[in-house]
Amino acid sequence: MPVTVRIPTPLQRLTNGQDEVTCDGKTVAELLGDLEQRYPGIKERICDPQGKLRRFVNVFVNEEDIRFLQGDQTGVKDGDEVSIIPAIAGGSGVAK
Amino acid sequence: MSYVVGLKCRECGRLYPKEVLNVCEYCFGSIEVDYDYDAIQRTLSRAAFASRPKSLWRYRELLPIEGEPTVGLSSGFTPFFRAERLADTLGVRELYIKDDSVSHPTLSFKDRVVSVALTRAKELGFDTVACASTGNLANAVSSHAARAGLKCYVFIPADLEIGKVVASLIYRPTVVAVEGTYDDVNRLCAELSARYPWAFVNVNIRPYYAEGSKTYGFEIAEQLGWCAPAHIVIPAASGSLITKIAKAFKELRRIGLLAESPTKLYAAQAAGCGPIAAAIHERSDIVKPVKPNTIAKSLAIGNPADGYYATKAVLESGGWAEAVSDDELVEGMQLLAETEGIFTETAGGVTLAAAKKLIKQGVIPRDESIVLCITGNGLKTQEPLVNRLGQAVRIKPTIASFESTLAGQLAGASTKR
Repeated sequence: MPVTVRIPTPLQRLTNGQDEVTCDGKTVAELLGDLEQRYPGIKERICDPQGKLRRFVNVFVNEEDIRFLQGDQTGVKDGDEVSIIPAIAGGSGVAK
Repeated sequence: MSYVVGLKCRECGRLYPKEVLNVCEYCFGSIEVDYDYDAIQRTLSRAAFASRPKSLWRYRELLPIEGEPTVGLSSGFTPFFRAERLADTLGVRELYIKDDSVSHPTLSFKDRVVSVALTRAKELGFDTVACASTGNLANAVSSHAARAGLKCYVFIPADLEIGKVVASLIYRPTVVAVEGTYDDVNRLCAELSARYPWAFVNVNIRPYYAEGSKTYGFEIAEQLGWCAPAHIVIPAASGSLITKIAKAFKELRRIGLLAESPTKLYAAQAAGCGPIAAAIHERSDIVKPVKPNTIAKSLAIGNPADGYYATKAVLESGGWAEAVSDDELVEGMQLLAETEGIFTETAGGVTLAAAKKLIKQGVIPRDESIVLCITGNGLKTQEPLVNRLGQAVRIKPTIASFESTLAGQLAGASTKR
């Protein structure tokens, strides 16, 4: 079940420069696991050693903050769009 | 001459060059501007300020620009005064107001951050500026961009007060009204900033932008005779102003311009959007996002970018927070107008109403110095007042009509001087 994941600039080095990638999974947690399989090293940047999302990372499923849904157990399905965005009011990193 | 050393992650301490960067590429922590304070201390003295122009740029050594300031040369250095009548009403001894409701040119403290952000954006070579805004920031970016000859896009929630929309449109930027809350606007701008080579002042050049808020704190200290107040009540939206006022006092102490006298910081929020106040009340560093529901639209940020740091700054200072209802904030607006002659916007009403509660609760003592931060102008947010203030008295243009209509009020009044 392909889901589109938008990658913030600081992590694009790990996705070969792609700002959007496709992943599989039934939940956000599964999606992040699959992301790690495809792009090794990316999960530790998004999650702490306990596997919880880091304080300064927000995740959105179809534009809704997953903290208003079921957190990393939020379900995702074919065609959904997931955004990973740094919490400090922005997502761009080096924009120019 | 610049005293900026570079950029630094607040979390992991990684250093970066002074370019376009808003989060640590490694840990996503907040990026701060780092200065050479020893060099600044050697240059600056209280006496040096006497001859400088009365604008926010009098503190330029402590602002993150490389060359001469080019934007907002008349902004800042707003009135600061003792509020005797309001103090009497609240039952406190020493109360002051820092009044950015008359900030030049767009009547809110956002002129400060935008002056710094656009000066820096020009230095970095941008020709287009943008922002995610609850209204005041959009007004300031639109105005300063017009004067600086920059292209401008401002993004606002679609349900904003008409006064704030008009006060952007007049400068002919592209105003984009997003169907959603400010938090939706902010997320969208975060994503757009990665696609367009624009300076989103509060997104990709946020570390420079946010430094402008320090000037509000610098001015309070200078206008109080190089002294920090014991208590300061600050409205909180993203929480950035709280962290920057704290930083301002800390920097002035660091360079020897201010004595060690701790200031307690208090966050003022609306009950319908109080994630920072809630975290402070729980003494927690986890700021839980909320869906905003308040008429204080300029404070309606449910997922505050600097919420974590603002909460920490307040708790570390020994301060506290209060959240007020829409009715209480309108009463606050009216009280400020009736006692001190200042027409502030809803956010100012929140600040005053929160201060009133904190004083009543005994959290803020009645015999120590208190500063209220008034950051915006009421002419921009008239909607919530329209049906609450009563009506003008309508008469025919005759003495008889005047006296008969106001008979009750005029009873016993002399017609001779």
